[in-house]
Amino acid sequence: MRYAETGFNLEIDLSKGSIDRVETDPRLTEEHLGGLGTNARILWDRVPAEAEPFSAENLLIFGTGLLCGTPATGANRTVVSTFSPQTRLMAYSMMGGFWAPELKYAGYDKVILRGKSPDLVYIWINNDKVEIRDASHLKGKGAVETAQLIREELKEPKAQVASIGLAGESKVYFASIEQGRSSASRAGLGAVMGDKGVKAIAVRGTKDLKLARPAEFMALCNEVLKYIERRNENPIQGVMPILAGLGSPQEMAVHDEKWHTENFAWGNARLRRKDFWNDEIAKKWAETLDSMRTRLISCYNCPMKCGGTITVPGLPTYMMKCFSKLTYTMAAMSDLDFGLKIAQRATEYGVDGFSAPQVMAFAVELYEAGILTDQDMPGFPADNEERFYWLLDRIVRREGIGDILANGTHWAAQQIGKGAEAYAHNNIKKHEQLPLKLGMLNPIYFLMYATGEKINITQIEGQFPQSPFPTREEREAFVKDWIQVPDEKFKQYFLDWELRGEKSIPFYPTVEATCDIVDWQERMHYIDDALGVCAGLSSFPLKPPYHIHNYPKFISAGAGIEMDEDRLTQVARRNRNLVRALNVRRGMRRKDEKPPEDHWKKRFPELEEKLLNEYYKFRGWNKDGIPTKESLHELGLDFVGEDFIKRGILPDKESAPSS
Amino acid sequence: MGEKKKKIVKTIKVDVDKCNGCRACEVICSAFHAAPKYSSNNPARSRIRVIHEPLKDIYIPVYAGEYTKAECTGRDKYVIDGKEYDECAFCRASCPSRDLFKEPDSGLPLKCDMCEDDPPQKEPLCVQWCLNKALIYEEREVEVDEEEEVKKEDMEIGLEALLDKYGLDKITETVARLSMSKKG
Repeated sequence: MRYAETGFNLEIDLSKGSIDRVETDPRLTEEHLGGLGTNARILWDRVPAEAEPFSAENLLIFGTGLLCGTPATGANRTVVSTFSPQTRLMAYSMMGGFWAPELKYAGYDKVILRGKSPDLVYIWINNDKVEIRDASHLKGKGAVETAQLIREELKEPKAQVASIGLAGESKVYFASIEQGRSSASRAGLGAVMGDKGVKAIAVRGTKDLKLARPAEFMALCNEVLKYIERRNENPIQGVMPILAGLGSPQEMAVHDEKWHTENFAWGNARLRRKDFWNDEIAKKWAETLDSMRTRLISCYNCPMKCGGTITVPGLPTYMMKCFSKLTYTMAAMSDLDFGLKIAQRATEYGVDGFSAPQVMAFAVELYEAGILTDQDMPGFPADNEERFYWLLDRIVRREGIGDILANGTHWAAQQIGKGAEAYAHNNIKKHEQLPLKLGMLNPIYFLMYATGEKINITQIEGQFPQSPFPTREEREAFVKDWIQVPDEKFKQYFLDWELRGEKSIPFYPTVEATCDIVDWQERMHYIDDALGVCAGLSSFPLKPPYHIHNYPKFISAGAGIEMDEDRLTQVARRNRNLVRALNVRRGMRRKDEKPPEDHWKKRFPELEEKLLNEYYKFRGWNKDGIPTKESLHELGLDFVGEDFIKRGILPDKESAPSS
Repeated sequence: MGEKKKKIVKTIKVDVDKCNGCRACEVICSAFHAAPKYSSNNPARSRIRVIHEPLKDIYIPVYAGEYTKAECTGRDKYVIDGKEYDECAFCRASCPSRDLFKEPDSGLPLKCDMCEDDPPQKEPLCVQWCLNKALIYEEREVEVDEEEEVKKEDMEIGLEALLDKYGLDKITETVARLSMSKKG
């Protein structure tokens, strides 16, 4: 008997048009749990290291987390994994919403797509009945529109639909997969879906999902709910309001955008506008949001309200969450009214709300610098806001200059040449990052940016305050009920951390402490991504309801897999190393582990070297960031070590431990 | 006519403006009513359902009421605050016109029992799990005629539905045949 999971994957070969329901190996669940962990394992086992992202042999996996669909609050994430056309590394982005639980109730843990369909199709999963259906009538339709049309055509209003828009069909490198209020946006998953000829996957499920030890599991769920309630009533003191509560930053709820607009960079991640926010703007933006946002909404089985329904007069309604509220506004140096309007079109097209605005701002900068000219962009409007619509329309159709820009700033700069490379300045591993430009190097963030495989800092950071609290008293108050720490030493790290002086950034936390702190943050994200629990209730906010002490109990009682903190930590490490191994096999090395040069004004090359060295050592990787044979052996990943030796990635004899 | 008697009516007040569409009510309801209790969950079996059309901003949690063998005629639409609702959106019946409040495998009707439990729950579980307070439990005192209405057991409701579907003869025939074969 399988608990919490269904024990079956759906394998769909689009070239052949075949559909198979395949029983999975329970040992893989024990080794990797589910979600990201088992996705990574499948990619390792089945996709050749040389496979092109746009090829029949690349897989696109929609994986549910192990706890998705159980009564565990916030366990609703779909982890979509493939190889990215943009980074050319493993891509995985996740979405909340309602899709993953529905798939579990339909009787599957994953949908694995391989091959390519010659014609545009969509997939309809209705419990045991699975069909590949013609989607030619949906060609060019918006992502949200497509979901509606499919539900109407199937006469199944309760079907959950994940779909791509025009950007995915055109294989834009930053095309997203949209699913109502959620999307899997980063690293071009939508482009791979488009390449496979799949417009959408609709799911409806009405089967039971079982728990191993129900009474125990429900008691844990009730504790988490009670904690959420208490935590919502008691926001954390001493941090900015959007970091004081649980969930994603509550962008759809808040009106005060002083912090974002003055601390994040505008345009092509360039300009800090330190005196931007004033009463007049506050009033105008509040009016905009209040007139367009109709309701705050949630994902499946979660009381947090991180999303919003947005209705711009005269435009179709769409749903939004988090910081995409401001990315278009700030890239275009405009206002919220413009941001919410263009985001409607962008959501239908299905593009990443971080990369798309930045790519457009990059194009505007190149035009103003004379690197792109009217010859490259005939008809480019003079009006600033019109320019963004103009660019967006061309990017998603790969028309004219849009065909180059659709590859993201890194590849576009290479194609454009003439010094354009300097304008693609905000990338890590060829991927656009948050538009943040700060003063002093922060060692914790340096390591997370440099070595993160998730490409997105918000999916790596969390748990530990982003900056020290000014007084000892405040710090002591903070650590008092800090039950989430895996070890008491983390409290000491925080207690000793000062704003200024000897124990401040960049030299404090010490290199050793920094490795510990990064490890804790990463570990929690890797666990969340295997369980399918939203980071907003776990790895992202301070003092979350889920943590290393209660997670093992959820896994034991829910899935019937005996688990404790050490074993869970080991699973997280195994998954983390497997993701790294996939990327190492595709050529990623130390040279690629670099935050943008201008991310901080004050850099410390020697310290940065030391941080990387020590972190690699801490992880059991050699000086080039490659997991050693010994550390892979410890994690039960001997097959990775053997592959590395066969390929000459690791030396044939005992690889020397890094020093 | 007998004398009037006081009686407590248990109700759930639904504040549709507070619903965030998370469907936690469906999760906990279906888990509570699983056999054995909490051993599985499946919103399709839930006795409360959130009727939602996110793009129209329609979110209505509805908890299951009586089983009815025929759908009603002349269904209407309501426009409230500029939003158009189907009349069925507010209806609690387990009815042939829709698949709500029916067991997904057998099609037998489901009805909210306010989470009857031993020891009793302080409030129905959907109310307890709705942290946004879209569901509020209320007890109202009403006067009723002395004759107690007979409360139907789950099995009785199910049997009634079967009767409507297959007719009495067919049911008795089947029961007789099954009991024969059980006795072997």
